[in-house]
Amino acid sequence: MNIEQIVFYLFAAMVLLSALMVVCLKNLVRSIFLFFITLFCMAGLFVFALADFVAITQLVIYVGGVLVLMIFAFLLSNRELLNNTKAAGSKLLNIHHLPGLLIALLFFLVLTVTLLNADPDKLQWVQQSGSNTLQPSDNTIHHLGINIMTRYLLPFEVISVLLLMALIGAAHLARKEKNT
Amino acid sequence: MIPLSHYLFISAALFSIGLYAVLTKRNSILILIGIEFMLNAAILNFVAFSRHDKFASGGQVFALFAIVLAAAAVAVTLAIILNVYKYYKTIDPTKIDQLRD
Repeated sequence: MNIEQIVFYLFAAMVLLSALMVVCLKNLVRSIFLFFITLFCMAGLFVFALADFVAITQLVIYVGGVLVLMIFAFLLSNRELLNNTKAAGSKLLNIHHLPGLLIALLFFLVLTVTLLNADPDKLQWVQQSGSNTLQPSDNTIHHLGINIMTRYLLPFEVISVLLLMALIGAAHLARKEKNT
Repeated sequence: MIPLSHYLFISAALFSIGLYAVLTKRNSILILIGIEFMLNAAILNFVAFSRHDKFASGGQVFALFAIVLAAAAVAVTLAIILNVYKYYKTIDPTKIDQLRD
């Protein structure tokens, strides 16, 4: 087992553990900060899949933007939530959570069986990719830039229009009413 | 080199955790976090398969698009959550069950 595998599985374990703790902890503030750790380790996994630009984007957008937004929304809406968390007690396994837990576990089982049957490492196009496979020495940003500006130009423009719509929509939703 | 199936297993586990959060949580912000987990699981799949697609790099490009869309969705959702809180004084989705005033 070389150092690459050790670090990869360390990142994977941290992703899954912190995600589990996010859904198990009662304290919302701790959940949000553990969510930060999950996103950070996901960026680490992206680096191991040789997608360094996606990893950096994940850090900038998720960790820098989404997380700050979430903490902001939490601080603006938590007044009696803090009292509720104390009143709810520390019961780890609530009876109301049982159906959800069952569905999630069954879904994981289905996905696992599908993955074992599909065996993605032996897919034809994966095995035949040959020189089309990324090497650690490749410059992915070069390929990404060229592809975004040629092959994926239409989705790129559609995304920009959609971002503008989201911007206007969020500003409209968050503004103060003048006369009421 | 990490085999492709290991990425997919991690992604499946993260997706299930997100599904659990969406189904059981009584707080809109935690449900949103669950949705983000599921989106991140999908992005991990994109990126993992993109390793075998160097010249078109479709997986990485669409992972970028998915990240940007998720950020836009979070911004709009949080604005909606704040408005709902201002109106109902709670963000428990089980208690927000009427549309009228």
